[in-house]
Amino acid sequence: MELEKVKESPEVHANPGSSLEEITELRLGLPGENRGKSGTKRGFSKTVDLDASAVGRDDEANNSPVGGARVKDEVSGAAKPPAAKTQAVGWPPVKAFRKSVMKSCKYVKVAVDGAPYLRKVDLEAYDSYQQLLAALEKLFSCFSICNYASERKIVDPANGAEFLPTYEDKDGDWMLVGDVPWKMFVESCKRLRFMKSSEATGLGPTTQSACTSSS
Amino acid sequence: MNYFPDEVIDHVFDFVTSNRDRNVISLVCKSWYRIERLSRQRVFIGNCYAISPERLIARFPGVRSLTLKGKPHFADFNLVPPDWGGFVYPWIDALARSKVNLEELRLKRMVVTDDGLELISRSFVNFKSLVLVSCEGFTTDGLAAIAANCRFLRELDLQENEVEDHRGQWLNCFPDSCTSLVSLNFACLKGDINLAALERLVARSPYLKSLRLSRAVPLDTLQKILVRAPQLVDLGVGSFVHDPDSETYNKLVTAIEKCKSMRSLSGFLEVSAYCLPAIYPICSGLTSLNLSYAPGIPGSELTKLIRHCRKLQRLWILDCIGDKGLGVVASSCKELQELRVFPSDPYGVGNAAVTEEGLVAISRGCPKLNSLLYFCQQMTNAALKIVAQNCPNFIRFRLCILEPTKPDSSTNQPLDEGFGAIVQSCKGVRRLSLSGLLTDQVFNYIGTFAEQLEMLSIAFAGDNDKGMLYVLNGCKKIRKLEIRDCPFGNIALLTDVGKYETMRSLWMSSCDITLGGCKTLAKKMPRLNVEIINENNEMEDCIDDEQKVERMYLYRTLVGPRKDAPEHVWTL
Repeated sequence: MELEKVKESPEVHANPGSSLEEITELRLGLPGENRGKSGTKRGFSKTVDLDASAVGRDDEANNSPVGGARVKDEVSGAAKPPAAKTQAVGWPPVKAFRKSVMKSCKYVKVAVDGAPYLRKVDLEAYDSYQQLLAALEKLFSCFSICNYASERKIVDPANGAEFLPTYEDKDGDWMLVGDVPWKMFVESCKRLRFMKSSEATGLGPTTQSACTSSS
Repeated sequence: MNYFPDEVIDHVFDFVTSNRDRNVISLVCKSWYRIERLSRQRVFIGNCYAISPERLIARFPGVRSLTLKGKPHFADFNLVPPDWGGFVYPWIDALARSKVNLEELRLKRMVVTDDGLELISRSFVNFKSLVLVSCEGFTTDGLAAIAANCRFLRELDLQENEVEDHRGQWLNCFPDSCTSLVSLNFACLKGDINLAALERLVARSPYLKSLRLSRAVPLDTLQKILVRAPQLVDLGVGSFVHDPDSETYNKLVTAIEKCKSMRSLSGFLEVSAYCLPAIYPICSGLTSLNLSYAPGIPGSELTKLIRHCRKLQRLWILDCIGDKGLGVVASSCKELQELRVFPSDPYGVGNAAVTEEGLVAISRGCPKLNSLLYFCQQMTNAALKIVAQNCPNFIRFRLCILEPTKPDSSTNQPLDEGFGAIVQSCKGVRRLSLSGLLTDQVFNYIGTFAEQLEMLSIAFAGDNDKGMLYVLNGCKKIRKLEIRDCPFGNIALLTDVGKYETMRSLWMSSCDITLGGCKTLAKKMPRLNVEIINENNEMEDCIDDEQKVERMYLYRTLVGPRKDAPEHVWTL
């Protein structure tokens, strides 16, 4: 599939060996791409629950002091902003291992125009656009990823019609898949839709050439 | 009086398998002590620092199976620094040097290294079984050594360990001659797996009964494995994602239908709900179902699945099943004995989808329920009273209301009466975890009624020292007491110091005990290790006795202060 970049022309990706991963890696990279810690230590100081200055994976604000808060005083009665509740260290008592498994879970709906039902995929399960597309290819028998010269396209093998991968982001806007680094995409993607190219307008230059070989 | 020769007594003792019974037997007389200790094969050590490996070997030279536990329970929730201790290497080393014929090693919350695993694999010719639960410190290289060198390996069971994955070929290291595997569980591994090696391994393991796969094993491999191993009794599914219209999926359905012995199912670490109908055919035989690591299954699919599982005795699920879903469980699973409902949002508070209603429904539908772990949004005294009445057989009752100190959601009262009803009705309760708004009164109830209580976990509860004293005075059989964020101080700690020698351990964190109090305790009780656990960056030059202690862990021991504690952990 060729990733259409709004600002760049397709000729930039002329190198036949370039993959989606390489293309995206040229972009701004986000620091710290590790999805889930596979380190040997069961995190203590580095876990989200501890003091706010520690490196954490959680988005929730945490202002309990190191070693545990007297949450009783803070919790009883006081109205707290729901988005940033005070979390006591190690509460709720869920095993760190279980928390780490549950954390890597971002399921989004995937719709393909013409397919009878939607699917759901866990974006956290993949490391790149390429992996995601490969997985989706398995889920939807009505499209496949073809290699055509230097480009990759998503087509319906039955009639050669092309799909454009789009997604809805946090702001509710429909975007073309592939513009932003993978991690950023995972963060902001709420759902995916593969539009028939013929319906897509204004999302960027489209090519009408049919697929001549399968990947 | 011994009327029989030693050999006869020895033979009689063979029938006594429970360690508690054997411990009692060994107290009868010197002769029985001697016979018992020489014949003991299975040893359980609940705290690896209570005794030394040398003394273990001296007393039980014939030990074949050793179970060791290391870190305190609250280490699971990041309340213990990672380098606190619990190193297994010295044990392996001592056993190897004494040429113990070790066959089985079961470890929980210990630090295991690749060196240790390699030493096991080279030292114990008859080694058969390695079970690691919540351990850390090793990599897949260590697993490769076990695979390569343990010629008679039957069981390799890795549960919820932090394993550094070197993406090596550890599965390849099982030699072609290894055909003895009965149980293989590598679900907790995060790296890629050599699928071909896995398939070949399964193909040459005719005795394989239990197989739990990691997320890296896709559905098509699962299908091939099941074709080879239809005799499986326990299956942990890795990835369960595919197009249900595909040929692979149809082959899977056929393969699963042939697994008539399947009794236990778990995993689904990556899952597409549309694929779930493939397992419906075996649901009617399942006695154990663990979907607590499958957040990809929505509540509606969970209930559809569970309707088929009418023989279920154990169920672990996520709270996205909801109260209604629990109602379905209650009406479908009449044999249910153990239920665990985990939060699908473990970082959050207030997103839980289950309340007291779900629990009440369960209690009404499942009279055999004896073990519960329930994370919920809210609870009421009325509900707990109904539960207590419907299910008097609880052995384990662990309730976690996600918001600390939350009162009865309908009356705003503390939950003392509800928990009180539980301990009064369930005379056999051995393990209890409390939560919600609680005063000293709940401890009064516990001390009065919970006669069989062995383990108690308390958080954000109580008013003053009386609460803790009720428990220490009343619960004669208490072995493990863990307390966090409660207003218990030195008076509670020091009133009955002798009590701690009858217990395995006491944990107190964020309470009101002071360094001075702990020092006093340590001085009075030389056979206790009283550890003050500081975090690395908490060290100050001058800490006075009046200062409150953030974390204290004390345990009885026969071997004095340990020598492997890091700098910031003090044994007083």
